[in-house]
Amino acid sequence: MSAANLSDTQSLAPQLPPSRWNSAGMRRFRRHKLAVFGAAAIVTMVLACVFGPMLLPYSDTFIDIRQRFAPPFSGPHVLGTDPLGRDILARLLMAGRISLAVGFSAMLVSMAIGVCVGVIAGFYQGVVGAALMRFVDAMLCFPSIFLLLAISALIEPSVPSIVLLIAMTSWMEVARVVEAQIRSLRTRDFAVAAVSMGSSNARIMFRELLPNAVAPIVVAATLNVAHAILAESYISFLGYGIQPPTPSWGNMLENAQSYLTSAPWLAILPGAAITLAVTSFNFVGDGLRDALDPRMDLP
Amino acid sequence: MSGFLIRRLMQAVLLLFIVSMIGFAILHLAPGGPLSQFAASGEMTQADLDRIAEQLGLNRPLPVQYLEWLWRMLRGDWGVSYRDQQPVLKIVTSHIGATMELMLTSTLLAMFLGAWIGILGAIKRYSLFDSLATIGAMIALSIPTFWFGLVIIYVFSVGLGWLPSGNRYTVGDGSFLNQLHHLIGPCIVLALVSTAVWSRYMRSSMLEVINQDYVRTARAKGLSERYILLRHALRNALLPMITITGLHVPTLLSGALVTETVFTWPGMGRLFLDSISYRDYPTIMGILMLTAVLVLLGSLIADLLYGLADPRIERSGQ
Repeated sequence: MSAANLSDTQSLAPQLPPSRWNSAGMRRFRRHKLAVFGAAAIVTMVLACVFGPMLLPYSDTFIDIRQRFAPPFSGPHVLGTDPLGRDILARLLMAGRISLAVGFSAMLVSMAIGVCVGVIAGFYQGVVGAALMRFVDAMLCFPSIFLLLAISALIEPSVPSIVLLIAMTSWMEVARVVEAQIRSLRTRDFAVAAVSMGSSNARIMFRELLPNAVAPIVVAATLNVAHAILAESYISFLGYGIQPPTPSWGNMLENAQSYLTSAPWLAILPGAAITLAVTSFNFVGDGLRDALDPRMDLP
Repeated sequence: MSGFLIRRLMQAVLLLFIVSMIGFAILHLAPGGPLSQFAASGEMTQADLDRIAEQLGLNRPLPVQYLEWLWRMLRGDWGVSYRDQQPVLKIVTSHIGATMELMLTSTLLAMFLGAWIGILGAIKRYSLFDSLATIGAMIALSIPTFWFGLVIIYVFSVGLGWLPSGNRYTVGDGSFLNQLHHLIGPCIVLALVSTAVWSRYMRSSMLEVINQDYVRTARAKGLSERYILLRHALRNALLPMITITGLHVPTLLSGALVTETVFTWPGMGRLFLDSISYRDYPTIMGILMLTAVLVLLGSLIADLLYGLADPRIERSGQ
């Protein structure tokens, strides 16, 4: 397992000058052209969404009813306007802020839940571990969108509550991965040594075992962002996610189907943005998996 | 084998209990609840609402409500819809056919396409086709299903006029061909993700098999490449696919809900969406339990068939 080797290379680090850019993992990552493309696309999108709206002459909420349904590349509005005459480029960028922020934050929360559940279940095993993992299994029996919609009835839709909603439905896979890692690491010599030195359980779990499970966690986290962006778009499209006037890539598509004949760009553009973002994160996640663990050759 | 089966079935039943508790807790902890629907109509006083809560049993403690629901469910009584007073079992069974039709046809399509893409990719490894298939599968897994549905409608219904843009059949014309015509669009949309998954697993499964000794032996015997691929390699490469299909049920159900929404397909997914907006708890619980049963069945069948198909797999606890 390369996860175990990580600790060896770290102990060697003082002798070999650490050049992370040229490490074997980094070289494998760069060789992965798609992953590099994905990373570049993510950086570009984040920069565009953060700084873009400041450079545009239009605000995303400025309603100009005379200019509505303007097609792309036809006038002052580069990507056209929506049914209320709002500039689509401005809305896409502002929606990107929301959708990407929701993606990242939901990933952080769901990783926190998943890692804690996984570490505790993997460390204690026995009754606690079995109970936790059966809970994970039961949660995985719900198809994800059914679960998202059922919980969405619980909450008032707002950006933080949507983040929690997505996190609550996407931590289970991470918990499984971490649990399996911790369970196998627990019997290693270094863990046994830590026990015999009288370390506290919390210290063994989070200072000894968890750092050795970092590689699969990083991969899972990247793929989790992709999943979260997709989940946000699904529930917003179905009307239970981010509520207008706050734009998100998902809710920009909510009414697009009724204008498919007259204004197809309303549907095409936000969907393309979602696809680009999700594909990029999936490419990066795939590249990271190859780079961090070459033996894990999954399709 | 039977010991394994019994153990798996007991696990599945235990999981269903946990699933029902989670589902029940999620729904009934929601603020508002079904009464908010009646309150929103504006025709009711607080006294009316209290009486409705009393009649529906919503004012009792949650564990009591759960046990009562469970007891009735175990006897085959799924309750009555809050929306139109119809038995839930009847509503759900009248919608599941449309969903099953969609899921089965799209799975068949995905198996066929995915297998061919995977096999070609494995035979011509690192070729242009293989690279395109790899990138294509990754993009297919990233496209939001509802957006792909909109694109298909835009191109084939709005643009070319080849396909209907929704519904299961034209009103007044329920012929087989008409239904088939309506099925094409949603079937393609739902098959996209499954095709991507199948082609990836098929490729790696095929690559593994191609390098085995018995394939080399078959080559050495002078058998034709086509015969070797179809008779020796494919049969064994299909083995892991059984598992993939069984474990793919949750994704397929989620995809079906979204596809049904875009294509106004009268299936279980749309029923669920409608029930959520109406807070129709009995119907929501019924559908949640049914999807959980389908998911568990999928993984159980995957396990069993995999064991039957490959005698090398030994069960612990036999």
